Amino acid sequence: MTGGDLLRVEGVGKTYPGVRANEDVSLTIAPGEIHALLGENGAGKSTLVKIIYGLVRPDEGRMLLNGQPYAPAAPREARARGVAMVFQHFSLFEALSVAENVALGMEDAPPMRELAARIRVVSEEYGLPLDPSRRVGDLSAGERQRVEIVRCLLQNPRLLIMDEPTSVLTPQEVKILFATLRKLAAEGTSILYISHKLEEIRALCDRATVLRRGRVVAECDPRECSAAQLAEMMVGQALSPTRRTVKAERGRIVLGVSDLSVPSPFAFGTALKDIRFTVARGEILGVAGVAGNGQDELLMALSGEIVTEPDRVRIDSRPAGDLGPDKRRAMGLVAAPEDRYGHAAAPDMTLTENAFLTGMVRRGLVSRGFVRWRAAREFARQIIADYDVRTPGPDVAARALSGGNLQKFLIGRELEQAPDVIVINQPTWGVDAAAAAAIRQAILNRAAEGAGVVVISQDLDELLEISDRFAVLNEGRLTRPRTTEGLTMEEIGLMMGGAHGMEVAHHAQA
Amino acid sequence: MLFGTIDPVTLVAALIVASVPILLAATGELVVEKAGVLNLGVEGMMITGAIGGFIIAVATGSPAMGFLGGAIAGALLSLIFAFLTQFLLTNQVATGLALTLFGLGLSSLLGQGYNGIKPPATHPLPFGPLADLPVLGPILFGHDLLVYLSVALVAGTAWVMGRTRLGLIIRAVGENHDAAHSLGYKVVRVRVLCILFGGAMAGLGGAYLSLVRVPQWTDGITAGAGWIALAIVVFASWRPWRVLLGAWLFGGISVLQLNLQAAGSAIPVEYLSMSPYLVTILVLVVMSSGRGRAAVNAPASLGQGFHASQ
Repeated sequence: MTGGDLLRVEGVGKTYPGVRANEDVSLTIAPGEIHALLGENGAGKSTLVKIIYGLVRPDEGRMLLNGQPYAPAAPREARARGVAMVFQHFSLFEALSVAENVALGMEDAPPMRELAARIRVVSEEYGLPLDPSRRVGDLSAGERQRVEIVRCLLQNPRLLIMDEPTSVLTPQEVKILFATLRKLAAEGTSILYISHKLEEIRALCDRATVLRRGRVVAECDPRECSAAQLAEMMVGQALSPTRRTVKAERGRIVLGVSDLSVPSPFAFGTALKDIRFTVARGEILGVAGVAGNGQDELLMALSGEIVTEPDRVRIDSRPAGDLGPDKRRAMGLVAAPEDRYGHAAAPDMTLTENAFLTGMVRRGLVSRGFVRWRAAREFARQIIADYDVRTPGPDVAARALSGGNLQKFLIGRELEQAPDVIVINQPTWGVDAAAAAAIRQAILNRAAEGAGVVVISQDLDELLEISDRFAVLNEGRLTRPRTTEGLTMEEIGLMMGGAHGMEVAHHAQA
Repeated sequence: MLFGTIDPVTLVAALIVASVPILLAATGELVVEKAGVLNLGVEGMMITGAIGGFIIAVATGSPAMGFLGGAIAGALLSLIFAFLTQFLLTNQVATGLALTLFGLGLSSLLGQGYNGIKPPATHPLPFGPLADLPVLGPILFGHDLLVYLSVALVAGTAWVMGRTRLGLIIRAVGENHDAAHSLGYKVVRVRVLCILFGGAMAGLGGAYLSLVRVPQWTDGITAGAGWIALAIVVFASWRPWRVLLGAWLFGGISVLQLNLQAAGSAIPVEYLSMSPYLVTILVLVVMSSGRGRAAVNAPASLGQGFHASQ
């Protein structure tokens, strides 16, 4: 069968200083096969696909493409050999048009007019409609992904690598994407599909290779395994589901937002329009939505980075819309933004300094204008111990921590300030499964103690797991929050698809 | 009246000549910034080009060699900036400011002994009878080669940036260097070449100052022209043809204030001499006030260092 494989990876290894990213990795991909690459964050999936795409050179091992030796020194070479890749963080240029973005990803792009025509043809053929002249910065996340896919398809790839493609899509868009991928596979294109979403892999893929700590630990037919079995292969242990303590009675309202409309401070941002919701003591409100629909803006409007009229945001029934972050913290509202290296933390400062920066108000870390460093370091140490942050100590720079570890520290920093209201954007993005479970449990515990929580996330499973009420942010508008219990994926998909008319009807009934 | 003794035709002809140095420097800086690099060393590169071009022109007796020498001198100085910011990843703002200070000092040192010397003359192109046309003659057909070359360079830059694959790659690198890298483009190489182009253009502009505009060598001959060139790039919201417009506007103001001084205007000389700089500040404030089109058009990676390991 060796001759029949499209790609054969044999004993590939790659070592970074201090990390063995890949070790003796072997896998084969047959023509027309949808092959899943499964693993936690840091398991070595990204390194492996970067090797296949020519962005990273392996230290050892070899690869064969169609039986011929294959060692791409640059993505250009990989593309010339028929290997294309759709990136997890889109490799797109916001200020450029769709056609220009596509041209940049091609070896010998035809003149713009001809290219635009070809983009139209290919995008229609695969059910991914696109307007070549639009500026990418104005497109939704789903449309941007289409640009990447069309860019790949125009080069007639034999192997298409997709890195976590569904994390930015609504359930309906996922269906369209899967239909496209199946059509491609039926035409003979092989697909290497990277994900940690087990149900997707079971629905789509023919074969799966599971990576853990840089090594292949299993190979299986995902349709014959249960999601639990796959998860166990991936993590190496059975995961315990999060526990909810007894539901507290719905208490008094601690956060009220009414008629909140603010323009976005970002060049390609989304303005918030007429946001209204309330959060009661002990309640978790989950805010879903595809990236770029106003999540960052909502967090900033709640945290105090964007100020409005006083009555738009009320903390514990007191107007707070015109107050900055420190004053809102003093009133009991803490916030954890999404971007860890730059927004939530100052990356080059130590953990102690970062703990001080948001903890100073509620933890009393300032006395007469002087920093109480000893207390600040103690605070940082306590977070490190309680939230299992893997780091040598509180004097390490925030940048030195891995994404998951830093996230545990930053969430801990906010939750340990005895808050009445907690606002978190993307609590577990890029965090491994065990750490994610710990973070969710910590949020549930705080809610059980009486804090009102707003969790903004793009991970639907996460929101369905922890939230009491559920709303969707779509083009800067928030749907009316609904009880999470009994919600179906179809209903959520419709909410995310932007059925504004239906929402208006809901408001009218209420 | 204020304008009574000033001939508008002479004024327009003079502003076209006066705008050449800042036009060249600003066009170069536009390409540099489009590639995502903020080089605040324009003033230093200009004045290095001014003295480099002056020395070569005097030594060879050829203005053409002088202009070439000025461009090379500016490019050499920008090479320092390129090495520091692109390979050693130093802060671009600090490095650019240092480059300006270094260039001012270096040119002063090199210029020792060149004070008071006349450079070889640069003549207008012979257009024959066209040059004698009323109004159009002095404005369109009375200039030296560099004036036409500078406008041609703007046209060339506009064409390359807007219509060619090379320009697309430069814009891509300046817009999102991580994405450009992941697509396999050589971010550092593109940026170094753009920085060299910017240095050569600034040096050429400087040489025009010392060989044609003034024409002699004095310390600090650029007198802030490099800073105005930087301002024009923002004023033009990174569009080549608007750079031409901006350069003429600022060139016009500086010519006008000279003429007003000569005409014995009632306004004190100091106010007139500071007017181009005041207008620069004013324009920058107005341009940056809204988060409007200027912000949208700015290269998104402007001023950020890039290393492939990230």
